[in-house]
Amino acid sequence: MNTMETPGPFKPEDFLVEAAPGVARHDIDAVRQPNARRSKADDEAVGSWAGKPAIYPKLARGIFRNVKWIVMAVTLGIYYVLPWIRFDRGAGLPDQFFLVDFANQRLLLGPLEIWAQEFYYITGLLIISALGLFLVTSIAGRVWCGYTCPQTVWTDLMIVVERFWQGDRNTHMRRDQNGWTFDRVWRKAATHVSWLLIGLFTGGALVFYFRDAPTLANELLTGTAPMVAYAFVGIFTLTTYLLGGIAREQVCIYMCPWPRIQGAMLDHHSLIISYRDVRGEPRSPHKKGDTWDGRGDCIDCKACVAVCPMGIDIRNGPQLECIQCALCIDACNDIMDKIDRPRGLIAYTTERNQESRTSGPRDGLRIVRPRTILYSVAIAIVGAAMLWALLNRSSVDVTVIPDRNPLFVKLSNGGIRNGYTVKIANKHQTPRRFKIDVAGIDGLATTIIGHDDQSVPIEVGPSNVKALKLFAALPRDKAKALASDSTPLTVTVTEIDGAATSSRDTSFRSPGP
Amino acid sequence: MAGHKRIDEVTGVETTGHVWDGDLQELNKPLPRWWLYVFYACVVWAIGYWMVYPAWPTLSGYTQGYLGYSQRGQLAKDVAAAKAAQETFRQAIAATPITDVQGKEDLFQFALAGGAAAFGDNCSGCHGRGAQGAVGYPNLNDDDWIWGGSLEQIEHTIAYGIRNGNEQARNTPMPRFGLDGVLEPAAIADAANYVRALSDPDGVDKAAAERGKATFAEQCAACHGENGQGNLELGAPNLSDGIWLYGGSQEAVTQSIVTGRGGAMPPWLTRLDPVTVKMLAVYVHSLGGGK
Repeated sequence: MNTMETPGPFKPEDFLVEAAPGVARHDIDAVRQPNARRSKADDEAVGSWAGKPAIYPKLARGIFRNVKWIVMAVTLGIYYVLPWIRFDRGAGLPDQFFLVDFANQRLLLGPLEIWAQEFYYITGLLIISALGLFLVTSIAGRVWCGYTCPQTVWTDLMIVVERFWQGDRNTHMRRDQNGWTFDRVWRKAATHVSWLLIGLFTGGALVFYFRDAPTLANELLTGTAPMVAYAFVGIFTLTTYLLGGIAREQVCIYMCPWPRIQGAMLDHHSLIISYRDVRGEPRSPHKKGDTWDGRGDCIDCKACVAVCPMGIDIRNGPQLECIQCALCIDACNDIMDKIDRPRGLIAYTTERNQESRTSGPRDGLRIVRPRTILYSVAIAIVGAAMLWALLNRSSVDVTVIPDRNPLFVKLSNGGIRNGYTVKIANKHQTPRRFKIDVAGIDGLATTIIGHDDQSVPIEVGPSNVKALKLFAALPRDKAKALASDSTPLTVTVTEIDGAATSSRDTSFRSPGP
Repeated sequence: MAGHKRIDEVTGVETTGHVWDGDLQELNKPLPRWWLYVFYACVVWAIGYWMVYPAWPTLSGYTQGYLGYSQRGQLAKDVAAAKAAQETFRQAIAATPITDVQGKEDLFQFALAGGAAAFGDNCSGCHGRGAQGAVGYPNLNDDDWIWGGSLEQIEHTIAYGIRNGNEQARNTPMPRFGLDGVLEPAAIADAANYVRALSDPDGVDKAAAERGKATFAEQCAACHGENGQGNLELGAPNLSDGIWLYGGSQEAVTQSIVTGRGGAMPPWLTRLDPVTVKMLAVYVHSLGGGK
């Protein structure tokens, strides 16, 4: 897929042009000018397809770059380290702190054990995450895209590797224009091999979430791991290499729905990264000794364009392509310091703010707005519901399924008998003993198949479900005395050595009065 | 698309050249070229897929593909794998006396599940999905047994069946008291009243029932017992418990006496293996009436 297009011939003398004393001017246009989306090559080929422009993001330095380094270290750290954290659950049980155990349909997180039928906890978590994303976006724009999205983090990592082998922007561009020299070839090869290795470790880390990490690591190395583990390592190696190394900004622009959706969360009070054109325009290079009166602060050095990983010019206003990574802020602040002008020509600001600057006094930041209140309240409600459910979560769960065919059985002594399948789920990681009580009708005699002596407690294995067949029989005269053909009944399971209990309502069916 | 480019005045972006409603134009925002390549790759993938997997219908069938894959074949493989996985349990069940199966938790659960599956496949046609029975086909949930409700008795009944010609089958019929002229119609009606009175003394013609008492003692008690409590050895049902195989109305009981009864059941050992029969017996026994 070699659709890379080299930019115009690189001329070292370009860097002799100064935008201001001591500030070189990048003689480049953003690869994504609104009126130059199609490259020359496209027009010449009479195609209806856009090529992938080559972007050489320059290393930025500053507060936001540092924040991004920290976020990268923390998120990647969590990703790679989490499966290796141990947690003792007792003999015979997995000792991995976080484990998605598909085989046993369990999600283990420390002392918490979520069963497949309790997946609503995960649903709640996802809803909270989505609402959190809405809230953050409505306050500060695409923070997710700019800092924490895996696509951004891994692309950032891939660019670090690329810079290590091929140099920063200028060096890299120069190398690319010198033809296929040996120097260029081995550096490119080293880059791609490094990317593939990163991909391999990404996929390698992923599979550890689904199987005991040390065991699986050993199996992977000795070639004895399950086929599916190798398949997923392979898939994630390729996708990481392809999406983070090769495709990069193409993923954000063409594949991801979030740039389209986020428009619904932004409003005039959302902080977005903007070029303050009121302050910056008219832009032009600044010569030593010239006055700053009657002109903008933008010296058109294009440092903001050079650092942009998306290949846009932020000075063109808010754009779909902008992931709001804030690197242009760092780049511009750096320049402003050099030319001794105030920082913040490119900054987090709101549309409202931009407008008020044009028309008069500055408008303050409004974080508390109906939109943010709505999102916060929704998060609070879902969070409270989840917390309530989690705190009231019983460590034993009973389900009762009454026989429906036949609804009841007439016995030879004239009595009426109902059958139930009772399932006791022990969500503890130790075996536990329970007793079953059936309440609601006087004179009901219960029997449990395979459990003749009812004074013996029912033992349920650790993290296991036991299904029992329970019969409840009522003598003839008592059955005839029932007021209805369906009488409420409650089945209660109580732990013998503890306080855990769970009950379920069901009904006793009979021919009726 | 030859010719000069049309440029949108507001944005400065090239348009596709299409104009709707006089002034509505579409900006030309081309898809990335790699998108096209992905499409080509999908086409190539599809061709490969056709070669490997079943794909195209032909006049008399379909193209099989190099792998020879079929869902039916996959099912056969899965079934064989499941059977192999079950083999240890099946062997253990074969080696365990049927009365001991219930005491071994894992064997018992396996037998219940296997028995339930086999019941659905083989027995539910007559006895019903929930073994609730029908007229002429006993309810297997209750505690009223015709040929015995112990594990061994149930296993024997399933294995060899009832009145089917098999040497070991349960094999005693009920005489045709009416058709063969053993009893006069009036005596039959009286006997029927007596039989019904055994379980429902108030719901019958008491005088007729009184008259039928002698007939019952003479003709019926030999098999059904003095008090109509039945006889498991002979497969003579209990007539005193209000549970009727052929119905408890005067007409139904009369018909039973006139024509006799002789419901049949196949010898399942000729169709099922002994382990399945054993599991079936454990399952039926667990339905609630097992002795």
